[in-house]
Amino acid sequence: MTAAPEAGRQLVVVPRRHVGRWVAAAVLLLLLAWLGGAFANADIDWPTVRHYLGAGPLLRGLLITIALTLVAMLVGIVLGTAVGVMRLSRNPVTAAVAWGYVWVFRGTPVYLQLLVWFNLALIFPYLTIPGITTARTVDLITPFAAASLGLGINQGAYTSEVVRGGIQSVDEGQTEAAHAIGMTNWMTLRKVVLPQAMRVILPPIGNEFIGMVKTTSLASAIGVTEILNEAQSIYIVNNRIMELLIVCGIWYLAAVSVLSIAQFYLERHFARGSSSRALPPTPLQRLRGLFAKVGTGAAR
Amino acid sequence: MSAPAATSTQPLVRIEAVHKHFGELQVLRGVDLEVAQGEVVCLLGPSGSGKSTLLRCINHIEAISAGRIQVGDEVIGYRQRGDRLHELSPRAIAVQRRTIGMVFQRFNLFPHRTVVQNVADGPILVRREPRAAAEQRATELLDRVGLAEKRDAYPRQLSGGQQQRVAIARALAMEPKLMLFDEPTSALDPELVGEVLDVMKDLARTGLTMIVVTHEIGFAREMADRVAFLDGGSIVELGPPGEVLVNPRQARTRAFLSRVL
Repeated sequence: MTAAPEAGRQLVVVPRRHVGRWVAAAVLLLLLAWLGGAFANADIDWPTVRHYLGAGPLLRGLLITIALTLVAMLVGIVLGTAVGVMRLSRNPVTAAVAWGYVWVFRGTPVYLQLLVWFNLALIFPYLTIPGITTARTVDLITPFAAASLGLGINQGAYTSEVVRGGIQSVDEGQTEAAHAIGMTNWMTLRKVVLPQAMRVILPPIGNEFIGMVKTTSLASAIGVTEILNEAQSIYIVNNRIMELLIVCGIWYLAAVSVLSIAQFYLERHFARGSSSRALPPTPLQRLRGLFAKVGTGAAR
Repeated sequence: MSAPAATSTQPLVRIEAVHKHFGELQVLRGVDLEVAQGEVVCLLGPSGSGKSTLLRCINHIEAISAGRIQVGDEVIGYRQRGDRLHELSPRAIAVQRRTIGMVFQRFNLFPHRTVVQNVADGPILVRREPRAAAEQRATELLDRVGLAEKRDAYPRQLSGGQQQRVAIARALAMEPKLMLFDEPTSALDPELVGEVLDVMKDLARTGLTMIVVTHEIGFAREMADRVAFLDGGSIVELGPPGEVLVNPRQARTRAFLSRVL
């Protein structure tokens, strides 16, 4: 107590100086400036980029990319959920079939699978719905159909593992409680287990959705005229390679950004009740709150 | 109701020679117990004595290995043909469970549903009641356990005692003829035990049939019509709390009581 100098005087806290942070920031800014300079001085014709951003063939290609992404993910999620539940079945045959599916489709390149689906006619020349109709496989399996099947079924193998992990993360007491009030197995899965599993399932699915936007470019190998395929057919003729690739990059980034926003709101929806605190505000709510504050501040 | 003499002779719950084993481990070795309509029976015993397993067999959350459990007119989990028991479909078992309420040690409320949804989900999903009516009655039940003002909260925002009271309301919403309590106060902080026991005492006074696995000797002494003491997978001693808890005949009961009292 006697050692305390001049009791009652305020002691000033001096924050530590972070020299390292300044150096790191400077190095990064230099690198960015160099990169920007390289692009500015390179032989890139920016008016061409702007021109092709609105070009019909590329927009049509973008639409096909988006459609293929949606269909493949739909197939993947439906299949993945079914197979994920099958993996947890007490029926050994069901569980083994699910395991085999994951083993095959996760263990071979998706490129190879696309080629197999595209050439399905070599194994099944005719596809038949008994008693209803028969069709030649080559007529049915268009490039788009082959790509949807190939990408979707491959995705299902990954998604099933995500779904299985999500279901296993839900406490067994939840199933017991649902059964105790007379819910059937199906109702328990749909109303109690899956909604809680969604919190674990959604972040990786969001990742895979974003991955799928880009993986669809592989479909150009079997003749699907998605955006990258369209860009290639254009630059083969006019030799504006970098310009067209930049246009594609911009459109991919735009599509992925929209998906990221959707993912944020979906995850928020399924976070209900997951913590004792209220959810943090969304960026929109924060913006509105800011305006409200400025408004009342001005009124005063 | 028309034949009170018959209902008093016909027990609501009839447990006959029930065995249960998990692989090599023998958990229940021939348990017999009858519980009358409106009776409160407490199951006491050291951990591992099989009391929770017995309770979980009554609504077929756990399947029995041998024996027979009857609630009302129905054999739980099985259809009896001659001297064979054939396991029912999961759907038929789900129907049987509707009128047997259960309260768990760890509450097991649905964390993604609000308090009122937790209580109303059973009537809406299982009994196909209209939403408005079910939520109205859920609110009344919440009022009865003293939590009407928490109806729109999520379970994680409640204390353990409050969560357990919601869990009791959730079970009551299905209008059970039998309530099973599996150590309902064991996961609670000591100061929260009382509020849950108070709700259970209220229920017992309304004449609800209750089977309670508990370590609360005070509750058993005050509310139980009979107490069953289990050890090693069978009922060692059974009788009114005034006898079993005050003058136990079995050495094992005496040893257990001397440890917990």
